[in-house]
Amino acid sequence: MLEIKDLHAGFDGNEIIKGISLSIKKGEIHAVMGPNGSGKSTKAKILSGHPSYEAMGGEILFDGENLLEMDAEERSLAGIFMGFQYPVEVPGVNNAEFLRMAHNARRVKAGEEEIDPLDFDDLLSEKMKMLGMEKKYKERNLNDGFSGGEKKKNEILQMAILEPKLSILDETDSGLDIDALRVVSEGVNKLRNENNALILITHYQRLLDYIKPDYVHVLSNGKIVKSGDKTLALELESQGYDWVTTAN
Amino acid sequence: MSDEQNSVSDILEDDTYKYGFTTDVESDTFAKGLDEGVIRAISKKKNEPQFMLDFRLKAFAKWKTMKEPEWPNVHYPPIDFQNISYYSAPKQKKVLNSLDEVDPEVMRTFEKLGIPLDEQKKLANVAVDAVFDSVSVATTHKKKLMEVGIIFCSFSEALQEYPELIEEYLGTVVPVGDNYYAALNSAVFTDGSFVYIPPDTISPMEISTYFRINTEETGQFERTLIICAENSYVSYLEGCTAPQFDTNQLHAAVVELVTLENAEIKYSTVQNWYAGDKETGKGGIYNFVTKRGKCQGDGSKISWTQVETGSAITWKYPSCLLLGDNTSGEFYSVALTNGHMQADTGTKMIHVGKNTRSSIISKGISADHSSNSYRGQVKVGKNATNARNYSQCDSMLVGDKSSAHTFPYIETANSSVQVEHEAATSKISEDQLFYFESRGISRENAIEAVISGFCKEVFKQLPMEFAVEAQKLLTLKLEDSVG
Repeated sequence: MLEIKDLHAGFDGNEIIKGISLSIKKGEIHAVMGPNGSGKSTKAKILSGHPSYEAMGGEILFDGENLLEMDAEERSLAGIFMGFQYPVEVPGVNNAEFLRMAHNARRVKAGEEEIDPLDFDDLLSEKMKMLGMEKKYKERNLNDGFSGGEKKKNEILQMAILEPKLSILDETDSGLDIDALRVVSEGVNKLRNENNALILITHYQRLLDYIKPDYVHVLSNGKIVKSGDKTLALELESQGYDWVTTAN
Repeated sequence: MSDEQNSVSDILEDDTYKYGFTTDVESDTFAKGLDEGVIRAISKKKNEPQFMLDFRLKAFAKWKTMKEPEWPNVHYPPIDFQNISYYSAPKQKKVLNSLDEVDPEVMRTFEKLGIPLDEQKKLANVAVDAVFDSVSVATTHKKKLMEVGIIFCSFSEALQEYPELIEEYLGTVVPVGDNYYAALNSAVFTDGSFVYIPPDTISPMEISTYFRINTEETGQFERTLIICAENSYVSYLEGCTAPQFDTNQLHAAVVELVTLENAEIKYSTVQNWYAGDKETGKGGIYNFVTKRGKCQGDGSKISWTQVETGSAITWKYPSCLLLGDNTSGEFYSVALTNGHMQADTGTKMIHVGKNTRSSIISKGISADHSSNSYRGQVKVGKNATNARNYSQCDSMLVGDKSSAHTFPYIETANSSVQVEHEAATSKISEDQLFYFESRGISRENAIEAVISGFCKEVFKQLPMEFAVEAQKLLTLKLEDSVG
């Protein structure tokens, strides 16, 4: 599904990712871990098509298509979802309205009619029920005045509505208390199936207690310094990042 | 990806001012310059009653003693009032018996602007008075309105047909010497619209005036007078566009509204005068307008809604004089400035009667190098027991070179009043747009959603079709300024 080949990337001319290769197949969960400044977030941004970040070499193929030539909108429509570390607040735009716009953009892309607002409301209610989310997420404006935890839950709600093929969750666990972490993780687990894939970008292993990865990659100084299965995360937890970063 | 974005905005950019064309019609234009002779000539040309000429001359005498206001937060070189022509009208046969006699070029102009005037195509639920340069060229649905006793005609016609109504009300809301531009308008105005709604009548359709400046170096000075008698209601719309010229044109209109007991006037404007070149700031309309409503009868209401998206300079404060007890005034405004535009706009709410209410919702959006000021006055007199005002002034900045200013003035002479003022500033950011895009929503739809969210409270006051148009207009204008 996703092929990253010798990717170099950064912003303002600073190279932060210095040659990463990674292959992700459908049904898989990959965790990317690493200390602060290792390039985790740059990787997420470059995958989502953030205009401030640029690829400086290598390629990314998504379902065989050159991802680097697509803008953020096209990537989203192609089935990539980015769960942001700091989702922005958009006062004045109703959350349900926003979700409907996003859902309709996909339908239009697929050559379908836009959804009837009442049908969408049913769809939204169903997804919210599945994720155990309160009604307020329909009524409030997009992330406006949301707590950190509420914003992250709202990202998962968007993921549920968009049903992406590949989701990249950037530090979704940061700033969450244990209850919110459980709600968010359970949501992510419910949305998993054999046809979609997930990249979890995280600093701590605690998220991986809830969402079990098939592979763990450790990023340091812009490179993957170690890959393994989920036991790698536990070793990191007990020994710290120095264990892998100094080994190189 | 950025290539594609540019090309999309280029297309829109070219389309941003689609009204910038001129129409080639033969016109009857006075030589430039202003003196008593010109005023007498205008009055004679229009075959006006004596009181009208006296009104004009009084205003002119007053104007000569006045100075241009310097307090607005706008900057422009001095205007040479002798270098303007004060009368320009498309040449036509003397009296028009039907719309068929209007110059086809003029008809086509309005059709191009989306305002078809001829019988077959005219808008079904809106009666339109079309003003081309200085004169009203056509008024639709007159007969249908007349059936319920509503008078809707050009100001010139009203002066001939209903001089007593004009004499009774003209200048009672905006006196001849009210301010510099109102005095100038009172001296030289050439046409405009007149509406009279008789008692106990709800207007069966929206009534509207569409203003079009066509000739270069012509000032447009029109006058609107709307009287809504006891227990009546009318919703009035006003639209404006002008061609693109490198020189500045002056538009100094006066609008007077009067409501008698329990009457209500809802007045909506979508203003899209040419704003001048986006890069250099050259050209564009100076929009110096006085709009005021007088809630004369108890329990009456006047509501102003404006969407201001054009003009090089806007200087405009639609106001309400709340004379009767239990009267209310409302002001809903969206003012967008981009390029090098300057706007100083707001309202005045003058509470005189008891239990008077006013609310002000102002939304300013400034982009590029523009400057956008809200200026509002709430004044409560000593007899205005239990008067209440609520003001909310929000600004949105786009980019980092634009500016927003708020100048609220509050004066109360009665201790029982309640006055509330809220203000907030926000930004439309690249991060917000990226967030939408990363959910597969186009940039254009994202801007539209953010802007319409910001302007929601004002847009919902507009008639449906107007609201949709206004929203598109704002999106188009901002497309290129974000990021």
